Amino acid sequence: MKTLEQLAVGCCARVEAIRGADEIAIRLLEMGLTPGTNLTVVGTAPLGDPVELEVRGYRLSVRKSEASRVEIVPA
Amino acid sequence: MSVASPSRTVTVALIGNPNTGKSTLFSALCGVRQRVGNYPGVTVEKKIGRTTLDGRQFAIVDLPGTYSLAPKSPDEMVAVDVLLGQRADVAPPDVVLVIVDASNLERNFYLLSQVLELGLPTVVAVNMVDVARRKGLTLDIARLRKQLQVPVVEVQANLRLGIAELKSAVADAVDSPPEKVASPFPEAFQREVAALAQVAGGGTTKDTGRQPRYLLERMLLDVGGYLCNSPSAGVSPELLGEVVQARERLKAAGVPIPAVEALSRYEWAGRVLAGVVKRPVQRPITWSDKLDRVLTHRVWGTLVFIAVMLIMFQAVYYVPDVTGANWSIDKLKGLLAGGVARIIPDGALRSLLVTGVIEGVGGVIVFLPQIFTLFLFIAILEDCGYMARAAYLMDKLMSRIGLSGKSFIPLLSSFACAVPGVMATRVIENRRDRLVTILVAPLMSCSARLPVYALLIAAFVPDYAFGQGWYRVSWLQGLVMFAMYMVGIVAAIAVAWVLKRTLFRGDTPPFVMELPSYKLPGVWVVLHRMLEQGWSFVRRAGTLILAVSIIVWGLAYYPRNEARIDPALVSAERQLAAQLATIEAQLPEGDEAMQSPLAAQRDDVQAKLDHVRNEIEGTHLSNSFLGQMGHWIEPAVRPLGWDWRIGCAAIASFPAREVVVSTLGVIYNLGEGQDENPTELKATLQNATWPGTNRKVITLPVALSIMVFFALCAQCASTLAVIRRETGSWRWPLFTFLYMTGLAYVGAFVTYQVGTFLAGGTP
Repeated sequence: MKTLEQLAVGCCARVEAIRGADEIAIRLLEMGLTPGTNLTVVGTAPLGDPVELEVRGYRLSVRKSEASRVEIVPA
Repeated sequence: MSVASPSRTVTVALIGNPNTGKSTLFSALCGVRQRVGNYPGVTVEKKIGRTTLDGRQFAIVDLPGTYSLAPKSPDEMVAVDVLLGQRADVAPPDVVLVIVDASNLERNFYLLSQVLELGLPTVVAVNMVDVARRKGLTLDIARLRKQLQVPVVEVQANLRLGIAELKSAVADAVDSPPEKVASPFPEAFQREVAALAQVAGGGTTKDTGRQPRYLLERMLLDVGGYLCNSPSAGVSPELLGEVVQARERLKAAGVPIPAVEALSRYEWAGRVLAGVVKRPVQRPITWSDKLDRVLTHRVWGTLVFIAVMLIMFQAVYYVPDVTGANWSIDKLKGLLAGGVARIIPDGALRSLLVTGVIEGVGGVIVFLPQIFTLFLFIAILEDCGYMARAAYLMDKLMSRIGLSGKSFIPLLSSFACAVPGVMATRVIENRRDRLVTILVAPLMSCSARLPVYALLIAAFVPDYAFGQGWYRVSWLQGLVMFAMYMVGIVAAIAVAWVLKRTLFRGDTPPFVMELPSYKLPGVWVVLHRMLEQGWSFVRRAGTLILAVSIIVWGLAYYPRNEARIDPALVSAERQLAAQLATIEAQLPEGDEAMQSPLAAQRDDVQAKLDHVRNEIEGTHLSNSFLGQMGHWIEPAVRPLGWDWRIGCAAIASFPAREVVVSTLGVIYNLGEGQDENPTELKATLQNATWPGTNRKVITLPVALSIMVFFALCAQCASTLAVIRRETGSWRWPLFTFLYMTGLAYVGAFVTYQVGTFLAGGTP
């Protein structure tokens, strides 16, 4: 199963699931990364981390370590 | 639900996501009628404002911006407690006003969904419709009203539009009973909650008649255990056991805990917003997007970032000079001191007022222009949306030391002055990260350390340079200056790393962070924030600094025993003073005074008199409590290469670091003006010897050890006062003082010992 940090800049995907039930997972869900949600990777920071996403109409920044919790299906 | 009588103040809780213009709305509603205070035990600010409509009084409680009401820390618990009416210091809210961002409704409705379940009358304010329009979205507010069944008012807080309608909606909402809100959760979940309600009965002791369903739901979802273990929730062990079992049953039934909350609420949001928001097929590129592409670009973004930081720094150093602020404060100090000298005769009171109060407090006030400039910059960066980008760009670097990108700007600001830096840590949500940032911020070499570095480097570091005249580059001295800054940075990295492994150990907090659209910073919002923070500093730190300055003055003044002054000096002083008086009496008036040979004589006598007076003052200082303390700790500072004078000056600089220069001046009998033009002090320091020997006190290793000490020490009452304010207790400023002093001592010791060893001398 592909995870979000593997998605290249400019690509879209749909969220399948969020791994884990800890603070990070809850936070990802609260911010709208729920199963079935579409997202786009808009860019990354100069050192490659964190990544900037477009989701539910707004921009969200997520560390690669956190992005690896998001299981996706590339669109 | 009792109808509130018209004369009773209506309490409104204002809540919403960050970056929705909540502060602007709060200002629009209450204007200047705000009071800021503290909730005891937490670092959240208590902000309550007042307004009226049709003669009815409203008290608006501004709750911190949040994405969700799931409490994971005492700070987050405050919002929940206020909403449930469980705080003794805030009246239970009659209405909840939820502000949402029109360009972002889905995510904002997550919080709204949680709020609606509280069972309180709720009003929704839809703000920032202009931003939504720019993104190509069209909103059908009428439809939203129908589908939401809660009053919805469109506002534009920055233009003060819709405020009157909002106030009416809130007033009306107080009197009407809230609609029964259907729970967005699946059947299985609701059944478990109902079962828990049976068990709980009187289990949740703080049930005030608000829907206990809300708390029970939260407990069921509270996988981290925060709420269940929180004393204010009043959860009995038996109830807790039930909760755990319920979770197991739900898991077996395929209901994921805690994900079910997000799933249910976003599904609800989707249903309510169906047909309300029309998105264009192709999202238009707004100017905000274009700007963002540059500002987060690998190359351009980094360059712009460096440029912005440099501008901020230069401004902090130049604005105070350019606007004449520094100069006018100095003039004011001089005027006040002169005025006092005229009214009050020479003696303890005059000395107290001039040296203790005016100098001491003035020494800190001199930094106010810099502090305000920093507050202004930080407020601008935050309001326009760039602050989040800065954190985004710096996160990778900061996470290497265990912090997040949000710590960057506070730490960078501390290079100018730690006071705004520490106050800027408010943006860091995670309590542990915030505390670590606060604790290492004072290690960033602030501008008060510059006079110390400048003096010692000029006096003791050889001036190896290349180039001539204009292009002369004193590379060695510059290198040492740079090294001093690096000492602070390296120490901060090390301390942060250690703290994160020991006292503040824990899971890495999430960095999931919204990047808000850019907007032009609101002039009033920014100015208001700058003034509010600046005034808060002046008020709180001011009293502490005044107290400390007076204490240090007292230690340096008493016991003032005239008898202990060398009688020869006393009579010399009297003679010279008399001489001066006679010459002055003989001097002709006006311009002729300059030409007269008596003028030269007068200057000569004046110089001698000053010299004698300085010696007397120096002796007084040596005999004072402060001087005695210096003597007393001399054995402890010998290993650092210091003598009692330096030790004494170090103690005296507790209120503010730069005081060390003027104190050294006094101790070396050069009078108080040495911080202005330290050429004399430089020479004196270079020639000071240990008593009875020809051995120089201050060699290069000693100078370096003094600088390292001041690089790492916590001699700044203002910073400690601000740390107290931001952390809510004396524990942390005390800890900061102790660890930094310890670190400074060790650093100075190592510097001196190693330096002397390398120089081939004997310590």
